[in-house]
Amino acid sequence: MKFIKALSCATVLAGCVFSGASAADMTVGFSQIGSESGWRAAETTVTKQEAEKRGIDLKFADAQQKQENQIKALRSFIAQGVDAIFVAPVVATGWDEVLGEAKDANIPVILLDRTVDADKSLYMTAVTSDLVHEGNVAGKWLVDTTAGKPCNVVELQGTTGSSPAIDRKKGFEEALKGHDNLKIVRSQTGDFTRTKGKEVMESFLKAENGGKNICALYAHNDDMAVGAIQAIKEAGLKPGTDILVVSIDAVPDIFQAMAAGEANATVELTPNMAGPAFDALAAFKKDGKEPPKWIQTESKLYTQADEPQKVYEAKKGLGY
Amino acid sequence: MSMIGLYGKRLLPQFIALAIILGLVSIAFPGFFNLQIQNGRLYGSLIDILNRGAPVALLAIGMTVVIATKGIDLSVGAVMAICGAVAASAITSGYSLPATLLITVGVGVLCGLWNGILVAVLDIQPIIATLVLMVAGRGIAQMVTNGAILTFNDEGLIFIGSGSLFGLPMPVVIWITAGILVALLVRRTALGMLIEAVGVNRRASTLAGVSTPVLLIAAYVLSGLCASVAGIIAAADIRGADANNAGLWLELDAILAVVIGGTSLLGGRFSVAASLLGAMIIQSINTGILLSGFPPEFNLIIKAAIIVFILVLQSPKLQGTLAFFSRSNAAPKPAESKAK
Repeated sequence: MKFIKALSCATVLAGCVFSGASAADMTVGFSQIGSESGWRAAETTVTKQEAEKRGIDLKFADAQQKQENQIKALRSFIAQGVDAIFVAPVVATGWDEVLGEAKDANIPVILLDRTVDADKSLYMTAVTSDLVHEGNVAGKWLVDTTAGKPCNVVELQGTTGSSPAIDRKKGFEEALKGHDNLKIVRSQTGDFTRTKGKEVMESFLKAENGGKNICALYAHNDDMAVGAIQAIKEAGLKPGTDILVVSIDAVPDIFQAMAAGEANATVELTPNMAGPAFDALAAFKKDGKEPPKWIQTESKLYTQADEPQKVYEAKKGLGY
Repeated sequence: MSMIGLYGKRLLPQFIALAIILGLVSIAFPGFFNLQIQNGRLYGSLIDILNRGAPVALLAIGMTVVIATKGIDLSVGAVMAICGAVAASAITSGYSLPATLLITVGVGVLCGLWNGILVAVLDIQPIIATLVLMVAGRGIAQMVTNGAILTFNDEGLIFIGSGSLFGLPMPVVIWITAGILVALLVRRTALGMLIEAVGVNRRASTLAGVSTPVLLIAAYVLSGLCASVAGIIAAADIRGADANNAGLWLELDAILAVVIGGTSLLGGRFSVAASLLGAMIIQSINTGILLSGFPPEFNLIIKAAIIVFILVLQSPKLQGTLAFFSRSNAAPKPAESKAK
């Protein structure tokens, strides 16, 4: 047993000698969930860009929303003997076996954007955003902007029971705690879609005296905010001035709305999960430094002061 | 019995259900019946119901005819997504509005033709035949939009989703017009009766000289056509084609609208008007839940409870029992309740 361990260590070391000098010769397998959303498409684009920037050979596998495809992709990466594997896991469970196989082959696995219910020793690190923190940043912005003035907030939640909906709600409420001028008067699910965001906002406007009682809208994603902005306009109010609009994700379309003065702020869920992952991997390959088990990406706040038109142009081509 | 009386009796359960729901919502939200004119159009929760119910109402029109032939069309939600995507990509690549609409409606007709041929010519069971397009359709839509939400700024196309005509939102005008046209088409000609004949007994109808395949294909084409219009409205409403979410699960709402409207899934007798009322009942529940301010965790439970209640009220067993009791109360004229 000891012999095998020693042997595998030696293999790793040998690998380091050959590929450690520069990241350029590294081959990384990336198993992506599929094209479930615009953000996902942008993540794929950015991952490819980041790999190219570093001269890494990226092997890309689209799982079309199926775990079995991801497991197959992982096995083929292992068979090909890649230097590292990136996975955006479609579900949280059922990964132990294949991650164990990767571990036995001494291929480090980095989880992107989502985590798994498996022993922490089975993967090197997880690069994700903190959803509670995102809600918190949005809430703080509203607290600072209203500066003590009374303000009735309506909330468009994500899909009921989904973790982004639960966490972004929690973070927002935490930020509002102790600021009695801010009150969430209505909160409903808009299923993360434009259509439902618009429909629910229409009913909020009717229910709150034609929208005159509403001072701010908090949407769990930008798409719902974009739908709601149209509803506000159709009700004869000015989004961005009559009703403040803050949302999360930072997709290109919200920057267009911000440039037009119809949205006020958005918190970025960065599609660049791969950048920090590549950096951690490079550090590990160079001097064997294990990264922490969780790398949190930045939740950057964008407001109308951040040249939204420019950001829009920059983000437009990413495939959102 | 006069024609209007007959129709009235057919639609009575749906009207009662709708009235009860609207009454309940107005208790939870007092300003419910308020209507005002804003920007030259009617504005209020009732208008919202008519407007938001437009996609399901349109789908329900086509679905009613398909179900009357003893079929079912599971693909309508996906066809909505395809047509929304086609409309958005056509208008953004520079086609004029009439051309865009023509292309989109054409794609809807093609989808219907595909379903119809599978069912009528290849004799595949409708639920399986339309499942193919239901699954594949969303993929096709994603291919058209490249997985992103394809936005557009063409005022003409946007007008279809959020403009207004005669003070009513465009989608409302469209579904009411479509409903009247189809109802006239099937009831003022023999078409409706032929469809019912196919639904009751396809073999017998064929033997009796009805050109069953043509009728079946026409029913699915109508359904595809309605879905394409619904898709245009859904995309125009949000000024973008959302291939992942447009029309998602709406096939189920459309089937439910038909069932609430009292049309049997076993084919035969059908009523387009009753299905449209069914669509409005579903939308009233949706809008009512949003207005009442319940936490979103309750949405589906409330909706399910109300729908079970309506379906129980309509169940033939229960109606038989009720009829029995009313007969024993009003013993002198037993013939009246049998007319149904």
